[in-house]
Amino acid sequence: MNKVRASGRTVGGTRPLSLQAPAVTLLFLWMVVPLAMTVWFSFQRYNLLMPGMNGFAGLENYEYLFTDPALWSAMGTTLVLVGSVLAITVIGGTLLAVLFQQEFFGRGVARVLAISPFFVMPTVSALVWKNMMMHPANGVLSWVAELLGLPAVDWFSSLPLTSIIIIVAWQWLPFALLILLTALQSLDDDQVEAARMDGAGPLAVFFYITLPHLKRAISVVIMIEMIFLLTVFAEIFVTTSGGPGLATTNLAYFIYISALLDFDVGMASAGGVVAIILANIVAIFLVRMVAKNLES
Amino acid sequence: MTTVKTGQVPLAHDSEMARATPRKASMIGVNSRKLWLTVLGWGVAILIFFPIFWMIVTSFKTEAEAIADPSLIFAPTLENYVEVQLRADYFKFAMNSVVVAFGSTLLALLLAIPAAYSMAFLPTKRTKGTLLWMLSTKMLPPVGVLVPIYLLFRDTGLLDTRTGLIIVYTLMNLPIVVWMLYTFFKDLPKDILEAGRMDGASTFQEVWYLLLPLTLPGIASTGLLSVILSWNEAFWSLNLTSSQAAPLTAYIASFSSPEGLFWAKLSAASTMAIAPILVFGWLTQKQMVRGLTFGAVK
Repeated sequence: MNKVRASGRTVGGTRPLSLQAPAVTLLFLWMVVPLAMTVWFSFQRYNLLMPGMNGFAGLENYEYLFTDPALWSAMGTTLVLVGSVLAITVIGGTLLAVLFQQEFFGRGVARVLAISPFFVMPTVSALVWKNMMMHPANGVLSWVAELLGLPAVDWFSSLPLTSIIIIVAWQWLPFALLILLTALQSLDDDQVEAARMDGAGPLAVFFYITLPHLKRAISVVIMIEMIFLLTVFAEIFVTTSGGPGLATTNLAYFIYISALLDFDVGMASAGGVVAIILANIVAIFLVRMVAKNLES
Repeated sequence: MTTVKTGQVPLAHDSEMARATPRKASMIGVNSRKLWLTVLGWGVAILIFFPIFWMIVTSFKTEAEAIADPSLIFAPTLENYVEVQLRADYFKFAMNSVVVAFGSTLLALLLAIPAAYSMAFLPTKRTKGTLLWMLSTKMLPPVGVLVPIYLLFRDTGLLDTRTGLIIVYTLMNLPIVVWMLYTFFKDLPKDILEAGRMDGASTFQEVWYLLLPLTLPGIASTGLLSVILSWNEAFWSLNLTSSQAAPLTAYIASFSSPEGLFWAKLSAASTMAIAPILVFGWLTQKQMVRGLTFGAVK
C-alpha cells in the first residue's frame, strides 16, 4: 500500500497513499462489512418473529424471492420510475434552462423560485403534493379541474405511479435546470449571434449550438439523478406506502417491506443482494460515462 | 475544454452592414419579445414554486379555511404554529438536523481534503480507479445494507443517536465530497504548490496556507451541497432514529398519518422544517452549482 511514486519523490515526507488511507479505508469498511453481512444473512433462515427457527437456508430465500411476483413488479416499477423522471427532468430542464437564460424582467427572482423545490426535503414535498395538490376532494388540482369542467381525478388510487413520478420529477427538475443553466452561461454569445446573422433560426441554433454545448452537463445530470432515483423511498413511504396493491412498490420499498414490516431478515437480505447487483449493472454503465468525462 | 461544434452551421463572417441592419429593424420587436419572455418565465417559475407557496399560505389559515375552496383572502393566524409546537418540540428536531448536517459535513471534509489533495497532486496509476470506485459506492442502494447496519447499530448502541447518524451521513456523502474537491484541486496550477514546496513548506503547511485559501470557494460549495443532502436525507433518519436523535425529516413524517383533517397544522410544521434549508439554499445557490458539475461546466 505504501508504494512511493516511481520518481521516488515523497512530499514533505508524507506518502501520497497515507493521505487517502482514512477516506478509502472507511468507505471500504462501510461498503464491505454490511455487504458481507447482507450476503451471509441472505443464505440464512432468520426471521425476527420466529427466534427458534434460525439456521442455514441455502438458496431458499432466493428461491422464494425469485418466485415472488412482487420482485419482478418492483423491478419494473423501479425502471419506469427512473426512466420517466430522467426523461421529464432532462428534456424539461433543458427547455427551462434556455428560457431562463433569456433576458427578462425579474429574471433573478424567477430563477430562484424555479429552483426552490430542490431544497425541499422529500418527505415535505410528498406530503404537500398528497394533501394539498392531489387530494381528490380538496386538492388544488381537483379544484382546477372543476373550474375547467373536467372530472376530478383521484390521483393516488387511479394513477398511483404517475403521481409518484410527478412528485419526484418536480423535485429533480430544478436540479437539472440549475446545472444546465450554469452550463449555458459559458456558451459563447458571439457564436450564437454569428449563427443567427447567417440565417440560422432559433431551432437550428438550439440543435446545432446549444445542445452540443450542453452534452457534458446533461451527462452529469443523468449520472447524479440516477444515483438518487434508483433509491427513491421517502416519497413512496409518505404517500402510497407502495400501493394500491404493488403499483408503486419499487425495489427499495419492496426490501423495506420484507425487512422492517415482515421482520424477515433473510428474505430482505436476499432482496438487498438483488438490488445491489442491479445497481452495479447500472453503475458499470454510468462509470464508463464518467470515465469519458474524466479523459477530457 | 468547452469547444462547441459549429461545423453544421455556416459561419461566414459578413460585413458590418449586414450585422447592423437586422438589429435596428428589430428594436421594437425586441421589447415585445422581452415582455413575452417575462410573462412566460414568471408563469413557469410561479407554476413550479406554487406547491411551496401554497403550503406557506395554508399554514396561516384555520383548518376550516385550509380545506375550503382555494382562496387567498383570509385573516392570517399563527395558531397552527402554536399548536404544532405544543405537539412536538420543533427546536429539538431542528437542533438534531443542524448538528447532524453540519457535523457530518465537517467530518467528510476533514477526511476528503487529504484524499483529494493526494489524488490531484500526487496521482498514481490507481487514482482514477479509486475515484470511480468511490463514486460507485454511492450506487449501492441503502436498502441493500439496511438490515446489517440496523443490527450493527443496535448492538453498538448507536441506534437513535446523533453520532450514529453523523457516521452514516459522513460516509454517504464522502464519495461526492472527494470527487468535487478533486475537481477543484485539479484546476489549481501546480506551480503554486511547487513554489511553496521549494520554500520548504511541509505537506501540512502547503495544504493549510496555500491549497485551502486558494480553493475556498470550491470547498464551500462542496460543503453546502453536503449540508443540503444531509438535511433532506430521509431513508436513514427514518429507519435509524426514533425519539432522541430524530431530525426534521422524522418530525415531518410523524405528521403524515392520514386520519383527521389537519392540513393547516401540517403546513405549519412543513414550513418550519424547510424554512432554514430553503433560505440557506437561496443564499448559496450560485456558489453551490459550481461544485455540482464536477468541472464539466466551465
